[in-house]
Amino acid sequence: MPDVLTTPAYRWVGHNPPRKESLEKVTGSAKYLDDLKFEGCLHGKTVRSTVPHGRIKKISFEPGVPWDEFTVVTARDIPGKNVVSLIELDQPFLADGLVRHMAEPVVLLAHPDKGMAEKAVKRVHIEYEELPAILTIEESLAGGNIQYGKDNIFKKYHIQKGDPESVWPKADVVIEGEYWTGPQEQLYIEPQGVVAVASPTGGVTVWGSMQCPFYVHKGLKPLFNLPDDRVRVIYTVTGGGFGGKEEYPTLPAGHAALLSWKAGGRPVKIVYDRMEDMWATTKRHPCKTRVKAAFTKDGKLLALKVDATMDGGAYVTLSTVVLSRGTLHAFGPYACDHVVIDTRAVFTNSPPYGAFRGFGAPQTIFPLELHLHRAACELGIEPHELRRRNLLHQGDRMATGQVMQEETGLEGLMWKAMDESKYLEKTKAYREHNRSSTRIKKGVALALFFHGAGFTGSGEVFLDSKAGLELTRDGAVRILSANTEIGQGSFTTHSQIVAEELRIPYEMVEVAVPDTAVVPNSGPTVASRTCMVVGELLRRAASDLKEVLVKSGALAGNGHTPSEFRAAAGKYLQRFGELKVYSKYKPPPDVSWDDKTYTGSAYAAYAWACYVADLEIDMATYQAQMKDFVAVQEVGRVIHPVIAAGQIEGGVAQAIGWALYEDVALKQGVMQNCQLTNYILPTTADTPPIRVFFYENPYQNGPFGAKGLGELPMDGPAPAIAAAVAFALGDRIIPRIPILPETILDAIS
Amino acid sequence: MAAAGAGRVSAEAGEAPEALGPGPVPCALSVNGREVRIEIEPRVTLLRALRHYSDYTGPKEICDRGACGGCTVLLDGKPVASCMMLALDAQGRPITTVEGLARDGKLHPVQEAFKTCDAYQCGYCTPGMLLSTVALLKENPAPSLDEIKRGLEGNLCRCAAYNHIFDAVQMAAKKMSASPAK
Repeated sequence: MPDVLTTPAYRWVGHNPPRKESLEKVTGSAKYLDDLKFEGCLHGKTVRSTVPHGRIKKISFEPGVPWDEFTVVTARDIPGKNVVSLIELDQPFLADGLVRHMAEPVVLLAHPDKGMAEKAVKRVHIEYEELPAILTIEESLAGGNIQYGKDNIFKKYHIQKGDPESVWPKADVVIEGEYWTGPQEQLYIEPQGVVAVASPTGGVTVWGSMQCPFYVHKGLKPLFNLPDDRVRVIYTVTGGGFGGKEEYPTLPAGHAALLSWKAGGRPVKIVYDRMEDMWATTKRHPCKTRVKAAFTKDGKLLALKVDATMDGGAYVTLSTVVLSRGTLHAFGPYACDHVVIDTRAVFTNSPPYGAFRGFGAPQTIFPLELHLHRAACELGIEPHELRRRNLLHQGDRMATGQVMQEETGLEGLMWKAMDESKYLEKTKAYREHNRSSTRIKKGVALALFFHGAGFTGSGEVFLDSKAGLELTRDGAVRILSANTEIGQGSFTTHSQIVAEELRIPYEMVEVAVPDTAVVPNSGPTVASRTCMVVGELLRRAASDLKEVLVKSGALAGNGHTPSEFRAAAGKYLQRFGELKVYSKYKPPPDVSWDDKTYTGSAYAAYAWACYVADLEIDMATYQAQMKDFVAVQEVGRVIHPVIAAGQIEGGVAQAIGWALYEDVALKQGVMQNCQLTNYILPTTADTPPIRVFFYENPYQNGPFGAKGLGELPMDGPAPAIAAAVAFALGDRIIPRIPILPETILDAIS
Repeated sequence: MAAAGAGRVSAEAGEAPEALGPGPVPCALSVNGREVRIEIEPRVTLLRALRHYSDYTGPKEICDRGACGGCTVLLDGKPVASCMMLALDAQGRPITTVEGLARDGKLHPVQEAFKTCDAYQCGYCTPGMLLSTVALLKENPAPSLDEIKRGLEGNLCRCAAYNHIFDAVQMAAKKMSASPAK
């Protein structure tokens, strides 16, 4: 059980009712996409490019295959616009003439027999005139081969506070370093999957495993030139997303719909096998970062310069916003008068990199925190003490100019994490141990960080989300929201919030299936916003719903029993037919953001944390093995402590994978190790005890004080682990992850 | 179409090997105490036979290479990766899928413990994890934490609900040793 350091004063909030979907999930009756059977269903497959950059010369279909039994779709069959509507309009659903990365979709096939469809993929031959490819950040910026805009740069950001250049010559110590974080596969355990039924008369309906039904909806309308109400997208139980089902599902959804459209409206199912899923879909952006920091000799941070470049892949997709979040987390929770942050996302001929838990922030938090560890070693100051001397406090200004309105509590979090992990005892004992042991080296280290909840800057205002509630016929309440349950427990936490506000039992709250024909657009299920932002919309809707019932005279204003609520609901429905109450997003007061200067309140609320990693390295195999992990965080009110702890543990384990195991081997810009046998995830044996502690500083604009927490645990572990590796190796910094046995061998030989 | 060589060859001593297929052949499976008769090509795996040729969608196809444990079923009471064996080889042997764990509307103690401990997030690996746990507790009714970790090492959970799963296994072990009916 996680430790929550306040006593909840509520009936549902802060308690741990069983998940709404618990019975289905433990009995195997939950129907995920591939578990659904559709009468007369065709199986769709995608023929993908086998060169990173080239002009399509010819597409031929090998004889000996009964092609007349197949539905075949190319770019020419697209009834509307061949473009995925996201931020920029640069990515086609199907390559038309030019391919810009390996594994790019070119031809679609569908057949009633799944085996036939699978085998036919290799019988479609595409001839290319190969063109020079850009495969690294360096090649992209070298300028000889320009494939996007005038400089291959998708987006740049610049944040400036003070003037670091004036500080370098005057500082006691200036420390520089370069860091690298590799790509990472989301590896949601349920592969991408969709079913579509589409025809000119019936419109387009898609069922699918996804985070954001309205993203798919937005993507399909121009593809078929259809208005809002002719496209319907229905969420099916989703086996994990982690960002990998944020923007990507629009592509297979479009593909299945194109096949169905051509096949006269027969249902078409596309489910990727693991190999295709790992080969073709998005990954975490790789990132190269230079950090330069100036200190006084007693460790005061005088100036900070961060220069980060992310590989965006061949289309813009979400790179600009991933970069934005990376930029706004690059300076960490420290007070510093002179900061400059320069970042850019660049084009390469790789499959587009995309959303993955943390969304750019882990990539910039890693270099900063590891750099501070390095600086502490060089300055001869304990790493926690160096942090303590520079922490951001109430009244301080972040690099964006945002003034901290309240105390972050970070110092308390740090001491708690150090206490729980016995950090000080361990640093002493491990130094002692490492002097005498040659076989096993031990390391312990910490990282401090924050994660901004909700969309960046003015993002939430642009989203303009709307969520609602309706009374059901049996007098219960149903949540109407587009936010999906992907394992993070959102159906449960939302129900708790509504039950609490309405003062009815949790069991009297149900959740409508996110279906664009039924629910309002409450925005995507991303960015640690579902509980905080959408939860607050639902709390307000619940408050309004209660008021309507009271004003109508159906409900007494001064408290009610569950049966009184049911009776009131029944009375209201009898008289008025239905009751649906919606609430719309309103930005919190005093929160403003300037996109031009990149100043203001980047996020309305931040979660704060200190994590401690404890590990051993076997100097015979060079394998680092986690021994213990302590995660202390302040996330506002914790709605469901058990689910919240599960989120933290899961994020920490994924970050352990990113730091120590998960190596995406790229060749020609595309992943080569596309199996669970050669892409190594943390297993039960690699996952240490993860001890989770929550502090609660209720946030006034979140439901019952909740902030976001889903992405936070992805941020801190990697730098803490890399610093613990450095500790174990006698202050030898390995500035890149994953830290595989080979990486350690290279570093020490 | 499937290579003829993929058909099952009878291995009994003295008998001439008889190739089956490549076309559909009858296959009788005993799933959760029920007989399931289907027609399949000999190359069809047990996983696909359960999922596509009958209605047992509990076992999941995640890696299709025996590396993730998501397709785990019990065969003769022992956990197997159903993606790694032919359905024809499972004939006449009792198969338990996740759908067969609850009896008469009552959850198996392992299911109950997973529910209580929130020992899953997205739930996609859960059917395999439940069956591996049932098998583990049958072999070792009171496993230590290390034994649990080793026992479930072949079941990947990307949500990494592992620590909750360890709690659930221990809770189920206690419950089951208290009421040894299961």
